[in-house]
Amino acid sequence: MLTLALSKADYLNLAYLGAAVLFIFGLKLLSSVKTAPKGNMVSALGMLVACVVTLFYVTGATAISLAWIGGAMALGAVIGLTLALKVQMTGMPQMVALLNGFGGIASLLVAIADYLRTGAFDEPIWRWDGLAATGLAVLIGGVTFTGSLVAFGKLQGLKITPGRPIQFPGQKAVIALMILGCLALTGVLIAEPESAWAVWAIVGVSMLLGILLVVGIGGADMPVVISLLNSYSGIAASMAGFVLGNQALIITGALVGASGIILTQIMCKAMNRSLLNVLFGGVGATGGSPSAGPGGGQTQQRVRDMTAEDVAIQLEAAGLVIIVPGYGMAVAQAQHAVAELGELLESRGIAVRYAIHPVAGRMPGHMNVLLAEANVPYEALLDLEQVNPEFEQAGVALVIGANDVTNPAARHDTGSPIYGMPILDVDKARSVVVIKRSMRSGFAGVENELYFMPNCGMLFGDAKAMTQALVNAVEDM
Amino acid sequence: MDPFITSLVVFVLAIFIGFELITKVPSTLHTPLMSGSNAISGITIVGAMLCSYSESLGSLAVILAVAAVVFATINVVGGYVVTNRMLQMFRKK
Repeated sequence: MLTLALSKADYLNLAYLGAAVLFIFGLKLLSSVKTAPKGNMVSALGMLVACVVTLFYVTGATAISLAWIGGAMALGAVIGLTLALKVQMTGMPQMVALLNGFGGIASLLVAIADYLRTGAFDEPIWRWDGLAATGLAVLIGGVTFTGSLVAFGKLQGLKITPGRPIQFPGQKAVIALMILGCLALTGVLIAEPESAWAVWAIVGVSMLLGILLVVGIGGADMPVVISLLNSYSGIAASMAGFVLGNQALIITGALVGASGIILTQIMCKAMNRSLLNVLFGGVGATGGSPSAGPGGGQTQQRVRDMTAEDVAIQLEAAGLVIIVPGYGMAVAQAQHAVAELGELLESRGIAVRYAIHPVAGRMPGHMNVLLAEANVPYEALLDLEQVNPEFEQAGVALVIGANDVTNPAARHDTGSPIYGMPILDVDKARSVVVIKRSMRSGFAGVENELYFMPNCGMLFGDAKAMTQALVNAVEDM
Repeated sequence: MDPFITSLVVFVLAIFIGFELITKVPSTLHTPLMSGSNAISGITIVGAMLCSYSESLGSLAVILAVAAVVFATINVVGGYVVTNRMLQMFRKK
C-alpha cells in the first residue's frame, strides 16, 4: 500500500481552509442581487483551489491515478456542462433535484470506498466514529439519491412517478422501522467492523427509504422536499468528511446542510404546516375535485366570466397593477408574455408589481428566476410581507396560475385545510382578475372562495394565450 | 484532542456560520442559492479523489471512488454554471 507524506497533508489542509473561506465569502456575497454573480465566482474559485491542490496531492505530479481521475473529471465536466447549458429555466426544479441526487450518491460512494480501502489493509485500524460516520453517510447519501430521483421524476412529469402523493397504510411505521434498521446496522458495523454486508444492507434500505419518503409527497409540496434534499446532500458530504477525517468536507457540508434547513423552514412556515405534516400529511392525495368546466361547479354560486377586452379596460384605468404568478405560469411558460404585459402597462404610466408567495411554484425562488429570465427587473418582485399592504391601493390584482395562495378562506375559515396559511391579500384590490384553465380546485383540494367574490372576474384559458390576448387588447386601446 | 472531537467542533461551528450567512440571502435569490450550495456540496469530489489513489484500477474501492469523482464533478460543474446562468438574468431596472 502506498503512503502519502505527512507534511504535504498539512499544506493540503491549509489549502482546504482557504477554500472554505472562499465558500463562506461566496455565500456572503449572495446576500444581495448586485454582488451575487461575484459570489458565485468566488465560491467556484474556492472549489478550483480545493480540486487542483487535491489532484496534485493525490497524483504527486506523477501519472499514478491521473488517468482515471482525469478521465472521470472530464466525463463529469462534460455531463455537468451539458445539463447546465441546456436546461430551460422552467426545468430548473428538476435540475436542482438531479444535482442534489448526484451529490448524495457521490458521498455514499466515497464512504463505501474508504470503508473498503481500510478493510483491505493487513491489519486495518477501525475507529468507531469513522464507522458510525460511514453508516450515516451511506444512509443519508442513499436517501438523498433515490429521493432526488423520485422528485426529479415527479417534476419532470414522468409516468413512473405520478405527481399525486402515493400513500399506503402503515407507511410511517415502515419508514420509522427502516431508519431504525439502518441505525441498528450501523451499530453492527461499529461492533463488528469487518461485516461489510451491513454496509451493503444500509445501501439497499436507504435507497428504498428515499423512494418511500418522496413518493408520499404531492407536487405543490415540492419546494419543501427540494430544500430538504438540498440539506441532506450537504449533511451527507459532512458525514463523508467525518469518514475521511477531512475538514474541508465537514465545513462545506455543514454550510450546505444549514442552508437547506433554513429554506425548508421558510417553506413550511409559508404553508403554516410542520415538516412532519408535509412529509406524511399526504395533502393532495385525493387530488383536486374533478373539473366542472369553465363557469360551472357543484356549488350554486356563479363566477363572473370576463373577456380580454373587459380586463384591458380595467388595466388601463388602474394606477397600480399587481401581478400574482403561480405554478400555472411556469407550466404554460407564460413568463415572457407576462413580462411583455408588464412592460406595456408601465409604458402607459401604470405601475406594475409582482407578488411572489414563498411557495409559488415547485422550488424556493422559482417565480423569481422565471421572471428574471423574462427581464422583469428584480425590484418589481415583492415578497409576501412587502406586497400585502399594497393590494388596497391596487386597481387590478391579476392572478396568473396561482390558486391556494390567494384563497381568503385561509384567513377566516377554521375548517379549511389551508386555514392559517399566510396568503396574498389579492381580494383587497379594487378588482381581481384570475387567469385559469378551469374551475378545478387547487392543490389542497379546496374551492377558492375568491372566485365568487363580487370584485373578482375569471378569464378562462391557458396562461400564456390569455396573457398574450391581454397584451393585444391593451395595445388596441 | 481526539481528531473526532476536533471535527465535531468544526462541524457545529460551521453550521452556525451557515445559519448566519443564509438567513441574509433574499428570497429572490433562493433558487440560485440552492443550485450554488449544491455546487459547493460537490466538495465530496475532494474525498472521491483521495479515495481514487491507487496504482491500479483493479479494486472495487477505487472503481467506486472514481464513479464518485464523476458524480461530484457533475455536481460542481453543473451547479456553478447553472447558478451563473441564473444570476446573469437578474438585472436592475
